[in-house]
Amino acid sequence: MKLLVCISHVPDTTSKINFTEGDTKFDTNGVQYVINPNDEFGLTRAMWFKEKQNATVDVISVGGPETEPTLRKALAIGADAAIRVNAEAIDGHTVATYLAAAAKEGTYDLIIAGRESIDYNGGMVPGMLAAMLDANFVTNCISLEIEGTNATAVREIDGGKETVSTVLPLVIGGQKGLVEESDLRIPNMRGIMMARKKPLTVVEPTTETSETHSVSFEKPAPRGAVKLVEADNIDELINLLHNEAKVI
Amino acid sequence: MSVLVYTESDQGKFKKAALEAASYGKAVAEAMGTNLVALTFNANDASELGTYGVEKVLNVNTVSVFNAKIYADIIRQASEKEAATVVILSASADSRYIAPLLAVGLKAGYASNVVAAPSSLSPFVVKRTAFTNKAFCNTEISTAVKIIGVSNNSFGLVENMTTTQLEDFSPNLVNSSTKVTSVDKASDKVSIADAEVVVSAGRGLKGPENWGMVEELADVLGAATACSKPVSDLGWRPHSEHVGQTGKPVATNLYIAIGISGAIQHLAGINSSKVKVVINTDPEAPFFKAADYGIVGDAFEVVPQLIEKLKVFKAQN
Ligand SMILES: Cc1cc2nc3c(=O)[nH]c(=O)nc-3n(C[C@H](O)[C@H](O)[C@H](O)COP(=O)(O)OP(=O)(O)OC[C@H]3O[C@@H](n4cnc5c(N)ncnc54)[C@H](O)[C@@H]3O)c2cc1C
Ligand SMILES: Nc1ncnc2c1ncn2[C@@H]1O[C@H](COP(=O)(O)O)[C@@H](O)[C@H]1O
Repeated sequence: MKLLVCISHVPDTTSKINFTEGDTKFDTNGVQYVINPNDEFGLTRAMWFKEKQNATVDVISVGGPETEPTLRKALAIGADAAIRVNAEAIDGHTVATYLAAAAKEGTYDLIIAGRESIDYNGGMVPGMLAAMLDANFVTNCISLEIEGTNATAVREIDGGKETVSTVLPLVIGGQKGLVEESDLRIPNMRGIMMARKKPLTVVEPTTETSETHSVSFEKPAPRGAVKLVEADNIDELINLLHNEAKVI
Repeated sequence: MSVLVYTESDQGKFKKAALEAASYGKAVAEAMGTNLVALTFNANDASELGTYGVEKVLNVNTVSVFNAKIYADIIRQASEKEAATVVILSASADSRYIAPLLAVGLKAGYASNVVAAPSSLSPFVVKRTAFTNKAFCNTEISTAVKIIGVSNNSFGLVENMTTTQLEDFSPNLVNSSTKVTSVDKASDKVSIADAEVVVSAGRGLKGPENWGMVEELADVLGAATACSKPVSDLGWRPHSEHVGQTGKPVATNLYIAIGISGAIQHLAGINSSKVKVVINTDPEAPFFKAADYGIVGDAFEVVPQLIEKLKVFKAQN
């Protein structure tokens, strides 16, 4: 089984978000980058497919040279090879187009992406990629088992979950549940040494096909100070929620 | 030309998010000087959509189970039939599943998490949340057909009485080898996605045995229950309740946080809720900086009182 894990290189969850150039560009100053958390769950699930079902695992990211440390980290965690598509990730459609071209080249059976990235929160790339490849697609995926060419996945829905049966080739939008937090792996010294020798191929992009772009950014308006209510004055809280905030 | 909205229903009842998407659609249709058409599945009474400005409803009766690929292709056919230039969906799990597939099918640019009506039609610019609610991004969609995913509780319900004309729609059905084999859904509980109020608790509650009061408070308020990440990691509560940057997003009218410190990753996911209330013993807890109302106090004393007083309040109102 050949697996491809899509890796989005995103600001660490504690990052302060700021903008520059008249609020048109994200300010990368001092920002630490990590593997998108949803992709980290997917990568770990892929490692289990490698160890238990002999899968080979490639990782891929669309981005500039600055994304390479993130790909090396995925190699150190255990991926076999990495691909970097040397292009700016302008929008979900562009990224999906580049990923689709690379995926066709590699004829993968299973592609694991994240439900959503924590930077642009598009929730677009995996679905678009599946549609472009005419592959099956399950998103919000919290469990995945493969037997031969059959797959069983569990998907989170509003207010519950559903079990889905499908066949390869398959694209997954994964999230926590694919594996648990405690299953996540931290690269060890041996992994890091080995990662240096693993292939990281840089490919040039196919034609750019963006359909949307960011014009400008804004930060939410600063909020007023919290109104404190004494712990023995619950009536006052109810009064405020009813008459002032009008939410109950 | 028209604006098409996919109005999702659950057991024959339109979801609130669908009516909000219709309200949004009406605003766009009016700005463009065109009609609003809705696509529904198995709706026998679509008159409710008229309240929110839908002029025409295309109803599909030939499909009974949800399948994202088949639904996306049906919405594509409806869009083409109605020459829709803007297609609107809600932020429900199913709609978010469908939208990217539809975008490829229609060769349409898609903006998700949109929180306001377009600020300009030409160029077509919408405001969406980005960086997990830490910022907004004004996004231009440059394709001829545009798809918008409307965030929950962002635009609100806007009434716009119209007479609705119902039409049966029999689309072609594509093949899909993806099949739902079982659904596990608590029908008596409000889901976080559909809730107007969410009651959420954190590690300050000490253990899973103490969640009775959280559930009771949620019950009184008709709210969904949620929790912080460590609480679900520890197995005190199911993963489906984990909210925040890496969990479910929350965009409700009222979010009550009990024994949650207010870490940046937690706040990022719940920030777009309108009114936030925090109950925490520690006056220095960061949540107090993000909340509208706060009580510095012990949850084990405050919450039972709140439940009792709310019961009295609910009985009177
Ligand atoms: C990559 C990453 C992603 C993350 N994503 C998320 C996410 O999506 N969602 C999320 O929630 N977290 C997330 N976190 C974790 C986050 O950083 C915090 O650790 C977490 O939110 C803390 O949970 P908590 O507030 O329940 O617990 P704590 O931080 O332990 O806070 C407990 C609070 O309860 C109060 N308290 C104690 N006793 C009482 C009492 N009797 N009555 C009232 N109050 C009391 C305390 O004063 C304290 O403020 C993430 C972390 C990382 C690194
Ligand atoms: N630049 C990128 N390179 C590789 N994969 C990506 C990129 N952007 C997004 N993805 C994948 O698509 C998922 C969803 O991203 P998004 O559609 O941006 O929310 C991510 O979790 C990744 O798996």
